[in-house]
Amino acid sequence: MINKLVPTVEDAVADIFDGATILISGFGEAGSPIELIHALIDQGAKDLTVVSNNTGSGQVGLAALIAHKRVKKMICSFPRTANSTVFPDLYHKGEIELELVPQGTLAERIRAGGAGIPAFFTPASVGTPLAEGKETREFDGQTYVMEKAIVADFALVRAHTADRYGNLTYNKTARNFGPIMSTGARKTIVQAERIVELGEIDPEIVVTPGIFVQRVVHIANPAQESKLVAENRRYPW
Amino acid sequence: MVNHAEIEGWSTNEMAQKVALDIPDASYVNLGIGIPEKVAGYVPEGREVIYHTENGLLGMGPSPAPGQEDPELINAGKKAVTAIPGACYFHHADSFTMIRGKHIDVCVLGALQVAQNGDLANWSTGEPDAIPAVGGAMDLVAGVKTVYVITRHTTKTGEAKIVKTCSYPLTGKSVVNRIYTNLAILDVTANGLKVREMAPEVSFEYLQSVTEATLIR
Repeated sequence: MINKLVPTVEDAVADIFDGATILISGFGEAGSPIELIHALIDQGAKDLTVVSNNTGSGQVGLAALIAHKRVKKMICSFPRTANSTVFPDLYHKGEIELELVPQGTLAERIRAGGAGIPAFFTPASVGTPLAEGKETREFDGQTYVMEKAIVADFALVRAHTADRYGNLTYNKTARNFGPIMSTGARKTIVQAERIVELGEIDPEIVVTPGIFVQRVVHIANPAQESKLVAENRRYPW
Repeated sequence: MVNHAEIEGWSTNEMAQKVALDIPDASYVNLGIGIPEKVAGYVPEGREVIYHTENGLLGMGPSPAPGQEDPELINAGKKAVTAIPGACYFHHADSFTMIRGKHIDVCVLGALQVAQNGDLANWSTGEPDAIPAVGGAMDLVAGVKTVYVITRHTTKTGEAKIVKTCSYPLTGKSVVNRIYTNLAILDVTANGLKVREMAPEVSFEYLQSVTEATLIR
């Protein structure tokens, strides 16, 4: 029997190890797996490399993970956001590394990693500081820069609906990095608001096929990051 | 250093309106954060334009009514938006397939500097203590078919923004097609920056005096 459902967030993140590379879904708060991130803070893994579009806001979610000095390096496209102070402070003190990647290159590096493609050529960033030191090649008269795939140990993903096979659907623009991050890690851990019986998700509308998912935990009412930030909440509570 | 621009020229809304007039019917368009977002308010009657936002929505509609905001329905600036009938959601690799794969017709971006050969600098002033952040700008200029820049002609302190060579780190090389400022509309051509239209009271000589780049009539 295949049953990817695990009872608690603690079970879901139990084997994340020190030094792991972790993909974390979300664009700002939309699609950020805040309960899984909080469970990871409680679990204690450190020296992490985190791949996520932003660096979180306030003192909850990804920003709290960074504030607790668990993250050695961030790979992201836009480390500044409204209410984002934790990452900038540590970056200015030289206490966290940053690998800045154009957003589309970040997405494609994750997609390529999940698809078994070790590297690819893109026109984005050619002639800019972000292409310095990287191999370039001409195709049909245009210059492209080589970018390497990202293959991660874990992905933490927020979905809307899941079944016990790990089939997923998402909600609106909270989909963002979820589908590609699900493919790009050796172990993909999902929090979903709804768990349904097999067959209830129409096969025609499954967004992430269950083969890409290893664990699903049911979080019926996920916290809304912007509300927590507005209330000056701080994790651990 | 150029002369300080004393003529105000077009308002931001008028600049946005000029851009909107140049976007053909049935275009797929990506609008940058800030002033470029205003362009959506000025699409002429009878034209249908579909807005793409790179976080994963094609068919972006206006801001929702107060109280109707959905934190999972946002634009690239992380502000609440709506989805029009016929809209669709997609993941980031698909979103940048649309951008890099030359499926988006027009993007409108802000600028720190634009050079006379179409080089754009709009993501970093290169200051050592600044936190670098790039987002999707480099992918947009590399892949969108037509790149429009909307910007004030000079900085608040009178520094030229339309320059011979960008001093700030580039977003892309020779990527800009047209520049809309409060003083003029400039086309980037093989021969240099050609003046397409000037705001009321602006003469060619005045425009050149507040522009570091060499202009062509």
